[in-house]
Amino acid sequence: MDTQANPLAFNDGWQYAPAPESTDHIRIDKKYDLFIGGEFVAPSSGSWFETVNPANEKVLSRVALAGDADVDRAVTAARKAFRGWSKMKAGERGKYIYRIARMLQERAREFATIETLDGGKPIRESRDIDIPLAAAHFFYYAGWADKLEYAFPGRRALPLGVAGQVIPWNFPLLMAAWKLAPALACGNTVVLKPAETTPLTALKLAELIRDAGLPPGVVNIVTGAGETGAALVRHPGIDKVAFTGSTAVGRLIMKALAGSKKKYTLELGGKAANIIFEDAALDQAVEGIVNGIFFNQGHVCCAGSRLYVQESVADEVVRKLKDRMETLIVGDPLDKNTDIGAINSAEQLGTIESYLKVGRDEGAEVYQSSCALPDKGYWCRPTLFTGVSQSNRVVQEEIFGPVLAVQTFRTMEEGLAKANNTPYGLSGGVWTDKGAKIFKMTRGLRAGVVWANTFNKFDPASPFGGYKESGVGREGGLHGLDAYVKLEA
Amino acid sequence: MSVAASKHETRLPDLSRVTPVDEVGVEERVARFQTRSIKNESKVEALKLVLRMIDLTTLEGQDTPGKVRQLCQKAIHLHDALPGLPHVAAVCVYPTMVGVARRALGDRDIHVASVATAFPSGMSPTKIKLEETRIAVEEGADEIDMVISRGAFLQGEYRFVFDEIAAVKEACGPAHLKVILETGELGTLDRVRRASVLAMHAGADFIKTSTGKIQPAATMPVTLTMLQAIRDHYHETGRMVGMKPAGGISTSKLAIHYLVMLRETLGNAWMTPDWFRFGASSLANDVLMQLQKQATGVYQSADYFSKD
Repeated sequence: MDTQANPLAFNDGWQYAPAPESTDHIRIDKKYDLFIGGEFVAPSSGSWFETVNPANEKVLSRVALAGDADVDRAVTAARKAFRGWSKMKAGERGKYIYRIARMLQERAREFATIETLDGGKPIRESRDIDIPLAAAHFFYYAGWADKLEYAFPGRRALPLGVAGQVIPWNFPLLMAAWKLAPALACGNTVVLKPAETTPLTALKLAELIRDAGLPPGVVNIVTGAGETGAALVRHPGIDKVAFTGSTAVGRLIMKALAGSKKKYTLELGGKAANIIFEDAALDQAVEGIVNGIFFNQGHVCCAGSRLYVQESVADEVVRKLKDRMETLIVGDPLDKNTDIGAINSAEQLGTIESYLKVGRDEGAEVYQSSCALPDKGYWCRPTLFTGVSQSNRVVQEEIFGPVLAVQTFRTMEEGLAKANNTPYGLSGGVWTDKGAKIFKMTRGLRAGVVWANTFNKFDPASPFGGYKESGVGREGGLHGLDAYVKLEA
Repeated sequence: MSVAASKHETRLPDLSRVTPVDEVGVEERVARFQTRSIKNESKVEALKLVLRMIDLTTLEGQDTPGKVRQLCQKAIHLHDALPGLPHVAAVCVYPTMVGVARRALGDRDIHVASVATAFPSGMSPTKIKLEETRIAVEEGADEIDMVISRGAFLQGEYRFVFDEIAAVKEACGPAHLKVILETGELGTLDRVRRASVLAMHAGADFIKTSTGKIQPAATMPVTLTMLQAIRDHYHETGRMVGMKPAGGISTSKLAIHYLVMLRETLGNAWMTPDWFRFGASSLANDVLMQLQKQATGVYQSADYFSKD
């Protein structure tokens, strides 16, 4: 079978007219200060940095750069607020978190639009996934606030104190929710640092938290880049570090924390295997492959970036995948029909492009969909590498973009061995019509999350986290409470 | 897994090797089609295409020549108040009404489709089904919509079903054959996919979901499963097969979702009445109402649109 030819024509004929989400219902200030002690205060550093829309490279706003003194001020405010917040009746604490969840739902459209402007992800995803899931996390953990004795039967669960939380740019508001909701429910106070390329929804969340009447200092939000994050992690006044980001930075954090009493959870990189058996429902598996690697431009730590297809169906699966890739709409993230938005930053685009070059130089075959790209902004076509092996860097290293490396396998044992042959262990996918095969594979895969006949499904009740170099600890579900309490008899 | 490509069109494929279908995954994909936002000029273009794809249908025991002539009049004059409208693809009637429809339509480029083979149950001896098919074609039918023997299919008698379709295809002569799977009686999407593969290999020019007499009739998950079978058949044999969802598609919005699904599954080569039809009776007026709204900016009362 000739897998190169693609006789189906997807690009001419009837087209979808632009259907952009409007932006006249949102407000983005020209400048944002730091949110410390319940109010917005100017940074003592006296400097602000720009945050740009990656889809058109225009500046959206200027955001305060928090220096060491600002971080110290935020930690002090959180420490002060801890006394009241940790002693508050748990049911009352829960009410505040429910209020945040409800207000987030009420203002979902505004948050979705800003998330898309600031980060480049398609409005379909921020509207249907990011914002609803963020609200769901607050709802879920609000419910636990006064039930901790049932989560840890026979023991007393006490809050840790002040949590320093550093979050990434791929799911800005959702990661803030993942971090804030369990910390607050357990009675901790928080200093949160959003990523420097996507600070806006966290700052809007600060406004929302202020409007919700949360006691001042319970949540503090300081913006900045790596230096600000490092200052927060190093600060002696925090009791817990929660970080989501790259494995390289995760290593630095572990070094900085060595010898301290600070608890920590790290959610780091991944290079997940998505494994397709010959007896799988192939058309639905192709959807899972697409969702696994092209969701959020591939800026997903648990992305299914390594595809393993059983060799008897490999040609057919690759053909179907190429057909499907031709129908993916790349472009204006605000357009409701866009499937793949803008790459988050010029820097990340540079990283992805360097990997495309690495793959080509290593002799891999490259396939990219034929879609047109906008002139301005940061873009990458959905990309396949075929003819690669475990030795290729594009198979071994996390690219964090819409780039999929495709290999084949013959036996289940071979598939499993290749899937586990990675320093990472965050997630994985198995596609087969046979239940026994699912159980065998999921037992054998060294990954924190394994999906069977689906991919990239998230729920606040389900724990999430990695093995090996993909991280330490679990977030979400009952397990997620564990990271924010100390247990006493 | 693919069914081996065959040089002989009419060889019964090994249906046990047809790729399985995951219903949850199909529903997720369908939900994605429904989030596409189709506005302005795209919408107008889609609505006109929907009109051109309609098989305007009346299949009632109480049908009369007068009723059929009214339907033909509607097929020709959809809504003359709105200039520049296309006409529907075909009218679809029972065999006894084929001659009436043929004369009413004259030499216009509107096809006469006739159901046949003991529609809707298919519970007649094969020789009667073949005779009925030949009569309908002699009376002037351009297209024959046959039903498969669902009982035999569900019993696993694939050879019988296959041979029957092949025989009806032969009886059709120059007329196009649409094969109705009656998916509402097949029960699972796996069976829908297998029946699609069987029908296409037996010589179907179109595969069609439903008679409209059984619930559920056409649904998006069923139609997507059939479209994917058509796509794979095309990749294996190079032969295009058409698709006709029928029954239950009565609004413009839903019809446009079907077009989105068609475009993103089979591509633009199938986006013509030669390769895609809607079997529907009330859809046309809803499309006309939407077109009128796009032209004037306001919705008109349903009383302004003729109901034939």
